[in-house]
Amino acid sequence: MREGDSLRKLSYSLFFLAAACVLLLGPHFLSSYLLHVVILILYFSFLGSAWSIVSGYAGQFSFGHSAFFGVGAYASSLLYMKSGISPWIGMLVGAIMAAGLGGFIGYLTFRYKLKGACFALATFAFSEMLRTVALNWSFTEKAMGILIPLKQGGSFYDFQFTSKLPYYYIILFMVLVVLLVSYSLDHSKLGYYFKAIKEDEEAAGSLGINILKYKIIALVMSAFFTALGGTFYAQYMFYIDPDITFGTSVTIEMIVRTMLGGAGTVLGPLVGSAVLESASEVMRSWLGEYKGLHIMFYAAILILVMIYFPYGLMGLLRKGRR
Amino acid sequence: MDLRMLCQAIISGLLTGGVYALIGVGLNLIFGVMKIINFAHGSLLMLGMYCTYWLFTFFKIDPYLSLAITVPLLFLIGVIIQKFLIHPIIEYPEDNQLVLTMGVMLFLENLALFLWGPDFRTVKVSYVGTVLSLFTLRINLLRLIAFAGGLLLALLLYIFLKKTDMGKAIRASSEEREGASAVGISVKRVHLISFGIGTACVGAAGTLMTPFFYLSPHVGHLFLLTAFMVVVLGGMGSFVGAIIGGFVIGATESLGAVIFPGSIGQIVPFSLFIIILLFKPTGLVAK
Repeated sequence: MREGDSLRKLSYSLFFLAAACVLLLGPHFLSSYLLHVVILILYFSFLGSAWSIVSGYAGQFSFGHSAFFGVGAYASSLLYMKSGISPWIGMLVGAIMAAGLGGFIGYLTFRYKLKGACFALATFAFSEMLRTVALNWSFTEKAMGILIPLKQGGSFYDFQFTSKLPYYYIILFMVLVVLLVSYSLDHSKLGYYFKAIKEDEEAAGSLGINILKYKIIALVMSAFFTALGGTFYAQYMFYIDPDITFGTSVTIEMIVRTMLGGAGTVLGPLVGSAVLESASEVMRSWLGEYKGLHIMFYAAILILVMIYFPYGLMGLLRKGRR
Repeated sequence: MDLRMLCQAIISGLLTGGVYALIGVGLNLIFGVMKIINFAHGSLLMLGMYCTYWLFTFFKIDPYLSLAITVPLLFLIGVIIQKFLIHPIIEYPEDNQLVLTMGVMLFLENLALFLWGPDFRTVKVSYVGTVLSLFTLRINLLRLIAFAGGLLLALLLYIFLKKTDMGKAIRASSEEREGASAVGISVKRVHLISFGIGTACVGAAGTLMTPFFYLSPHVGHLFLLTAFMVVVLGGMGSFVGAIIGGFVIGATESLGAVIFPGSIGQIVPFSLFIIILLFKPTGLVAK
């Protein structure tokens, strides 16, 4: 028995070692295009995991996460453009602002017991409000958007790199952190509270869980991470505008990938993002000349998964194992 | 800011409100009966607009006459969506239903992009610039027709819901799904018809708007939140509420646009919407 245990331990550590090697060294052998695809997979899975904290674990379906994404993207970009502050600091500032916004929205909506579709619509309205503000405020450059000023050669301080590799390591680190957070939610008191609220709010409340407090905590955490993704987007694409950052598309991207993989699971967003992104890239290379066709294809996948595997691809895996 | 300008803004807002009311009535019927928030509603509006556009461009059919084709066609599309996509998940968690309708939205928008390209298009009828004047106020004929048409169709639907057996069955299932099926109403059939009618309503609203609005594959996004605002403001599931909601949102939007520069006036209806959600989630017209 003990021998089996140590054998298993050995095989686990060997597996982790191999995975670490592939993750750390693999990208050096990828073409620039493939590396871009991998970065997108990680980036979307990061956003999905962030959304999943409040909408998957705590069961409060948000349709306004672009609000937090946009705050993150705009905070770092404005600080950098207007006063040359490093986007790394801007990233933290944006995340804290988004967390504050999440606390505010959460307090308002949860205090008045909005849930389900009503909560989704309220968050939607908040994100549209911010989009309207960004479109009309000269401080945020209105509809023109912000072009991040480029520095020759790039540097760590400016969060600008000429090669894609540093971006890969940054987003990989971000994904590992958010996966660790999701994993600990699966195994901690806080996570159990979230799940209890998701399953049956009244029962959770009668057991003495402070529902309002834990719902707000979930939204604040989720907003914080989403904003980090916003800054990453701005520094990777070098351009943001109100529709890209505060528009509904970002929110839909997060939701679609997470629900496809399985909301409220550790690996769901990563699996959903990997499947959808690879399928969509393959489709794009086949059908790229027909505009819209590859998105129709992935919308169809999404619809089929929602009908046949309501708990996403992770739900399917779990059922298979049982 | 003089009084005439405010009156002008309110009038044109109320005219737009007539169309919003029809969009809201459709969304509300679907919500009332099936308890599903339909994110594809905006893209169904877009389909109605394209349908009108192509009938006008190829067959020179007047946009208002094309209602005779768009309404049945959109009804059919609604029935198909309900039968094959919504019905299988009617008992699933709410999140799945939301995401499924999002998938339908993505599919339809990109279908339009694939078939017709990203260009902005407009329908130019010969009477496009006609303006009527009432005292010192100016009323755009196309908007007046849209207003009257929207209200007329909503009225027809109201009579249908009140007087016919099918209408009564729809109202009964909306109140109490299990009870309705216990007294022998085929809830499945009611759902098919309701989703069809809801889709036909928003398609008709699209047709009515086409002569004075542009169309593009993503035009539905502009009206998605508006439709939700109309429904929540009036009260989810309330028919009269959707009409009132349509007028209130139309008027506040238009007033906001006059009082504030640029599109920042949009904040006014958004804030109103959030306030209603927080303090009176049952809407202005409580059942």
